[in-house]
Amino acid sequence: MLVLIGILIIIAGFLLRFNPLLVIMASALATGLAAGLDIAAIIAAFGKAFNDTRYVSIIWIVLPVIGLLEAYGLQQHARTLIGRMKGATLGRLLTGYLLLRQGMAAVGLTSVAGHAQTVRPLVAPMAEAAAEAANPALSDEQREEVKAHAAATDNIGLFFGEDIFLAIGSILLMKGVLEGYGYIIEPLHFSLWAIPTAIAAFLIHGFRLRRLDRRMAAKTEAAA
Amino acid sequence: MITLGFVYVLAGLTFAAFAALGLLDRSNPKRFGNAAFWGLLALSMLGGDHLGDFGNGLLVLALVAIAGTGQIGRTPGGDVAADVQASRAAQHGPFLLLVALIIPAAALAGTFLFKWIPGLADPKQATLISLALGVLIALAVGMARLKPPALLPLQQGRRLLDAVGWAAILPQMLASLGAVFALAGVGEVVGDLIGTAIPQGSLFGAVLAFGLGMALFTMVMGNAFAAFPVMLAAVGMPLLIKQYGGDPAVVAAIGMLAGFCGTLMTPMAANFNLVPAALLELKNPYGVIKAQIGTAVPLLAVNIVFIWLFAF
Repeated sequence: MLVLIGILIIIAGFLLRFNPLLVIMASALATGLAAGLDIAAIIAAFGKAFNDTRYVSIIWIVLPVIGLLEAYGLQQHARTLIGRMKGATLGRLLTGYLLLRQGMAAVGLTSVAGHAQTVRPLVAPMAEAAAEAANPALSDEQREEVKAHAAATDNIGLFFGEDIFLAIGSILLMKGVLEGYGYIIEPLHFSLWAIPTAIAAFLIHGFRLRRLDRRMAAKTEAAA
Repeated sequence: MITLGFVYVLAGLTFAAFAALGLLDRSNPKRFGNAAFWGLLALSMLGGDHLGDFGNGLLVLALVAIAGTGQIGRTPGGDVAADVQASRAAQHGPFLLLVALIIPAAALAGTFLFKWIPGLADPKQATLISLALGVLIALAVGMARLKPPALLPLQQGRRLLDAVGWAAILPQMLASLGAVFALAGVGEVVGDLIGTAIPQGSLFGAVLAFGLGMALFTMVMGNAFAAFPVMLAAVGMPLLIKQYGGDPAVVAAIGMLAGFCGTLMTPMAANFNLVPAALLELKNPYGVIKAQIGTAVPLLAVNIVFIWLFAF
């Protein structure tokens, strides 16, 4: 029971808005001590895990390219493109991206798009431009909401597409865990059972994007 | 053969360049903190395998000390003026888009190519290696045509990373915390607690506990992978599969997706929820989570109903 103190520290730390890196370290130390480890062993365990998971942080190597392109006006160009497309509403744009992201993830192409590679340089400015086309007096709060939805759409497309792919980590994990209990299951079965949820995710999020689109448009009329 | 080690060297050199440029930036009052933080990260990428476990742990403690005492700051300004960007966009627009698409296109092509022709690159890491190669190609093509000042990509990249700040290593820190939790047996304790809280004799009650448990425990751990073995052991296996005869493939597959709904609602999944908020420079660090809750909650309900309908 005592090891749960780490979870309490995490929840309290995030709620009280302490620096998350400090909260994580405090949680790791408290959890390790509660489990009877000595401090040196906890630090070594954390260090080993940190070294083993360095691949999580390599995405930042794309920043020099994004920085170069943005200095030359990539975001402006993305906005101009949307301005030229007739019928490119915020809802249609993000729904199209959702479908694309789900489809790519479903064939295993999870790292092809993402927040650093596609959302910040392309999808977010395009979404902002589409919202602005419908409502030239877009407020700062609305801009924030539109950008947040661009990132949210990327996550939802990724999460509810990737499990359709046979060789993704989560499917291999499920197969491995069930084998431990003596159930031998082909990866294809897990893949197929991810499809109903993928369709539901598309319908639910697509519906919400339509409403986001209308909400932005409705405020235009109220303002006009 | 190209391995992940190549990508780590590339990342290490990039962080080292950010640290050096940060140190030279006299307009930033916290330049020493920034330089030390990115410099330590460069050391981790370049030499992490030679530091030993305890050495890596000390490196992490130093990173946390720098960030936790507020020694990281960002240089104000440095943005290219909006009208300059607009006129450059009019001139180079289609080319910029093309270069931006080189990175995903290279990741796509490389993933297939490296699996198709063995021996070129580690097939298990094909996408990450292709992504890194895409970055180098895009940089070379962009530099050749745009002819910017030589250090501009690194200076602008550093500016973007300074805007993200310490949140850049939050995902890696949380993944490491997960490893300590596993070592301490946190999962088993939570599983036992949830297992004892389920009402006996109700199939739907058990399905509900499994689905909600997956989502909640994923929110705490920030990762459905950590929640899955625990919830399967506590509820999925003894009740849904053994007692009620549920189809294990359905219970596992849709249970995992119920966990993903939890991922959408937690700051612990920093790389998906907090990092993009920083990267898009949102005022509310929880803005992305707020945008996701309206999809995550109904989808979680759908998943629970799906398990109940399809597994039995």
